[in-house]
Amino acid sequence: MEERKKLLDIRELETTFFADDGAVVAVDRISFHVYEGEILGIVGESGCGKSVTSLSIMGLVPSPPGKITHGEILLDNIDLAKKTDKQMRQIRGKEVAMIFQEPMTSLNPLYTIGNQISEAIKLHNKSWSKKDIHKRAVEILKLVGLPRAEELMRDYPHQLSGGMRQRVMIAMALVCDPKVLIADEPTTALDVTIQAQILTLMKDLNTRLNTAVLLITHDLGVVAETCERVVVMYAGQIVEQASVRDIFKNPQHPYTQGLIQSVPDMRFKKDTLYSIPGNVPKPGSVTQGCRFAARCEFVHERCLQENPTLYVAGEHHEARCFLVEQKAGVVS
Amino acid sequence: MSDVLLQVDGLKKYFPIKKGIFAREVGQVKAVDDISFHVYEGETLGIVGESGCGKSTTGRMLMRLIEPTEGQVMFNGKNLTSLSAEEMRQARRDIQMVFQDPYASLNPRHTVAQILEEPLIVHQIGTKAERRKKVIELLQIVGLSEYHANRYPHQFSGGQRQRIGIARALMTNPKLIIADEPVSALDVSIQAQVLNLMQKLQQELKLTYIFIAHDLGVVRHISDRVGVMYLGKMVELATSESLYEEPLHPYTQALLAAVPVPDPDFVKETKVLQGDIPSPSNPPSGCTFHTRCPFAKDACRELVPALQEVRPGHSVACHLYDDAVTMI
Repeated sequence: MEERKKLLDIRELETTFFADDGAVVAVDRISFHVYEGEILGIVGESGCGKSVTSLSIMGLVPSPPGKITHGEILLDNIDLAKKTDKQMRQIRGKEVAMIFQEPMTSLNPLYTIGNQISEAIKLHNKSWSKKDIHKRAVEILKLVGLPRAEELMRDYPHQLSGGMRQRVMIAMALVCDPKVLIADEPTTALDVTIQAQILTLMKDLNTRLNTAVLLITHDLGVVAETCERVVVMYAGQIVEQASVRDIFKNPQHPYTQGLIQSVPDMRFKKDTLYSIPGNVPKPGSVTQGCRFAARCEFVHERCLQENPTLYVAGEHHEARCFLVEQKAGVVS
Repeated sequence: MSDVLLQVDGLKKYFPIKKGIFAREVGQVKAVDDISFHVYEGETLGIVGESGCGKSTTGRMLMRLIEPTEGQVMFNGKNLTSLSAEEMRQARRDIQMVFQDPYASLNPRHTVAQILEEPLIVHQIGTKAERRKKVIELLQIVGLSEYHANRYPHQFSGGQRQRIGIARALMTNPKLIIADEPVSALDVSIQAQVLNLMQKLQQELKLTYIFIAHDLGVVRHISDRVGVMYLGKMVELATSESLYEEPLHPYTQALLAAVPVPDPDFVKETKVLQGDIPSPSNPPSGCTFHTRCPFAKDACRELVPALQEVRPGHSVACHLYDDAVTMI
């Protein structure tokens, strides 16, 4: 693990949405990094800020009302948070690319697959001839395992199945060799057998092309099977980050523990399922103390008054909980 | 074993495909194609399958929210398929449904009290005061409070809304609840709450569930027996223990192998199923799974395998087990 290059380094990122009735901090000063060639998972439930994080990196936070209000997004030591919209357009697709959850709605129904893939190539390689572009498009379709790539270039999105559309999305994202691929719930809309195909493809491309992947998902099974390291988010904050093994075998934050126990395991039957009481708080509703305190079974006096920071829980392992602090020290 | 509450025989639903200005019928989508099963009183039968396999259509046909093309549904000794619309409406008092989307299945302009009271009004049960009492009682049973009665659906979270959906289904004291993907729209921590609630209610109120879902982990957790559907057919039906420990149908095997396991140390056989589900408007001949099956032989392309019991309590529709059947 030593001497690995931090390709993407997020430092104290804060994204705020300014609504009529006040500002809501959706992502609250989170810091994490993605090493070159690794797959990092971000897990969390709806409303925890994981999608806003990815949109912030891509410079796609709808503005207004959203705005990055603090922090740096360093990609190869260049701060993306300071780029203008015009500059970001050069970076998106070429340096960082993104695939979305819904392959149905992220492809334009009026254009052929060939048209849409060529557009991405043309944008970043202005000098290429039509022939080169076509060749590259067919090549990338083959790379993601699509059959009859030549004919597919003339097909429209509605002629493809959900799994094929997601493959096309991945092809479009990879066509300019980005350094980082952000995949926001890439398999959530797909059936399990198709999901298995897409995850295998993503792992395969990660090893072959050495593209770093930031995988955002709510599915702990997907994380366990694909990721090297995991970041767990809750109510806009990172509550724990560690290697995938530590997260599942030695979770430190009560939320991570509860989340893992809540998943019904297909391999054996439990009598009753553990469940975390209560609901995820609305962004901005908890102002004092630990954001998980209201649902935590280990809550004590201090959790309600002070705000915990990330404490070291082991090697490359940190968690935002006072219980961890008692065992170890503060992250420098 | 307890009594059979619901018996389904040869249930089919073919949707016509119409084309042209005269809406001429040019083909059929075989959404559900000849399935038979039964449900015992007090048990949970899980039905799993991928999108388009016909599991939701099956659930809706049991309540005749979709009219079956063919087949018979016997509930509690009554043949539901031969009832008139009015008789069926009355019969629905005993069969209720919980839907997937807690956002779409509650009327946003009604208060929770109005939503919960409606089934009682439809079935003309009780006076106004009695109905109000029942509403409060059910709210408490599903873990909400009396003061929630006058709120509107948008004031609740997803998990709470699903609790309201469950309370509504329980208003008429039904025997059978058909739950169509009741937890798939919910977050994991909330999903566990709702599953536990459903299990608690089943024990307390002696309910029978048909639990339709695509999440195999959830289905194992809640079901006593599980049926697996593929392209409108039931391909395997067994006790949940037997099905998950020893799946017989190649499709079930592939399906189980495809589910990501939340354990980084778990080493599984990688049997990624190739290809997509064929279109139900033009299903493959013979066994509909033969196009993706690693064990397909000639017979599979021609003969439709029947669902047969190959072990006590374990039925499968696959030619690989033809010999096992003759032995029994």
